[in-house]
Amino acid sequence: MNAPTRVWDTLQRNRAERLARAQAALGSELAGKSLPAARIGDLLHAVLECGDRVCIEGNNQKQADFLAQALCQLDPQRINDLHMLQSVLTLPEHLDVFDRGIASKLDFSFSGPQAGRVAKLASAGKLNIGAIHTYLELFSRYFIDLPPRVSLVAAEAADRRGNIYTGPNTEDTPVIVEATSFKNGIVIVQVNKIMDELPRIDIPGDWVDFVVESPTPYYIEPLFTRDPAQISEIQVLMAMMAIKGIYAEYEIKRLNHGIGFDTAAIELLLPTYGESLGLRGKIATNWALNPHPALIPAIEAGFVDSIHSFGSELGMENYIRARPDIFAVGPDGSMRSNRAYCQAAGHYACDMFIGSTLQIDLQGNSSTATLGRIAGFGGAPNMGADARGRRHASPAWLKAGEQARAGTCAIPRGQKLVVQMVETFREHMQPAFVDKLDAWELAEQAKMAIPPVMIYGDDVTHILTEEGIANLLMCRTAEEREQAIRGVAGYTPVGLARDKRMVENLRDRGIITRAEDLGIDKRQATRDLLAAKNMKDLVRASGGLYDPPKRFRNW
Amino acid sequence: METLNYRFDQGSRKLANEPKIVGVVSSGNLEVLIESASLNDACEINIKTAAVGFGSIWQAVMQDFQQRWQLADTRISINDMGATPAVVSLRMDQAVETMLGEAK
Repeated sequence: MNAPTRVWDTLQRNRAERLARAQAALGSELAGKSLPAARIGDLLHAVLECGDRVCIEGNNQKQADFLAQALCQLDPQRINDLHMLQSVLTLPEHLDVFDRGIASKLDFSFSGPQAGRVAKLASAGKLNIGAIHTYLELFSRYFIDLPPRVSLVAAEAADRRGNIYTGPNTEDTPVIVEATSFKNGIVIVQVNKIMDELPRIDIPGDWVDFVVESPTPYYIEPLFTRDPAQISEIQVLMAMMAIKGIYAEYEIKRLNHGIGFDTAAIELLLPTYGESLGLRGKIATNWALNPHPALIPAIEAGFVDSIHSFGSELGMENYIRARPDIFAVGPDGSMRSNRAYCQAAGHYACDMFIGSTLQIDLQGNSSTATLGRIAGFGGAPNMGADARGRRHASPAWLKAGEQARAGTCAIPRGQKLVVQMVETFREHMQPAFVDKLDAWELAEQAKMAIPPVMIYGDDVTHILTEEGIANLLMCRTAEEREQAIRGVAGYTPVGLARDKRMVENLRDRGIITRAEDLGIDKRQATRDLLAAKNMKDLVRASGGLYDPPKRFRNW
Repeated sequence: METLNYRFDQGSRKLANEPKIVGVVSSGNLEVLIESASLNDACEINIKTAAVGFGSIWQAVMQDFQQRWQLADTRISINDMGATPAVVSLRMDQAVETMLGEAK
């Protein structure tokens, strides 16, 4: 008796069918791997099948916008029930595909600008959320249980054999293409131009099926640009406390900064306040960071040895090209970034993550979730979590580990520093410290299995506010931890409900540190301490190499 | 617009005679005038604020301020345009530190 013979190459056969349909649809208009932009709809109708998992490059910076538009113009009678995979939902078209009934399921990481619409479509039953991930978590699933059948990505240029030059904003492209190509999926790339000779090859043509020159260059968001003119004196004060009370205290050399004005203030204080404390070369030398324009003065002052980036930043191209010792550049001189590698680097190779948040509860859990918006996570949880798989030591990692274990018999090990930096009140006197995170209510509203927490309390080592620094590593009981948090929560209801005696005791033990305990002269906490006070100063600091996007040219 | 007045008795630290104005009256900011006055060792604080209904927070902010500095014979006048407690405390501390620094 012979068992029925199993077919082992269904994916390869299916891929061949899709390619044959494309060839039939496009005929002689397919020149090598390139097709005219006007035929993109025919290509998508030919290669897609209902129910396909489709990965679209939806990053937090560059967008495969031409392909996104083409996708939502398909005929929902022919192509429907698509399962979209994308790290970021940025464009309206990313949701139009659900509204039009072309796609029905979504797995993603972050939806910042579209968070309100994601929540609405989900509650209307038009969009079924598989799960909300962190970047590395989502990329990992592309290789395990969510390999894309078709991927739609964006790059700077291609040649006719399908070789790809991504340009400085490499971002998610390599991880998407690899996951798709090696599970016999179809890779379609929109490029700004088709060239005979590429500046360099970032992705080999063997891994790419179709390239199309888009009518306009892909859209890119200058997400990491912060105008120094908007930095407040409170942010200067908090940055002084961060540098003196945390960076210098732990000798932090390898780090990642979150997005925001709080961390931009730190970057702009390194060459002034940091220099005055003699910290050049002793702290903040090696970074996992996008090319923040606010870091230019520190780079020029010799604070920074190296920067590896998730993506590039609009306007920084020529500056990066002129500082090849600092940034990662290819043989052609332009930058190479990589979101997956940089997320891994931020997780395993950095001693500290510092970033802002919207709400912190009494256990130190922090969340950016607000009601009516399903915003997701992005990469902060990968950066802002202790790397439990880390084994190599550094002074900062060892000191944090010692503080967490002092007086216990736990075996020695290190710990990553995870700092949440927040003013006690946000705009409109919204307290940043709360008894219960809005995330709980959002979870109930959106029927999530667990509340969407950005950084878990047991990963947070320090909370920094204008009132001081709470060192949670040194707290020995849940009660101490709660009082340490209340003790920096200012005049919020959570802060006013502190046990004053216990907070003073925590201060005596160095668990709470105030600006005056650090010997900080508050008269120095003015905008004069910023190494650049506006965008023009940043351009000047770069020797004219930084070319800010139009919306930031306010002089 | 709301007016709030506080008086703290038995201060111990007197400031220089020269009055001092810090800050500006603009959105999210405030103007603070500090001057010496014969007040039987007390510190009087008069606040005009554009944000109504935050009396208990102002009181806590002023109590902590006086606990830090223990000012005597001092009158402080505040014109507030919705500054956060963080800005209020920083601005007042800066004013006092400047006056003490200049008196040295």
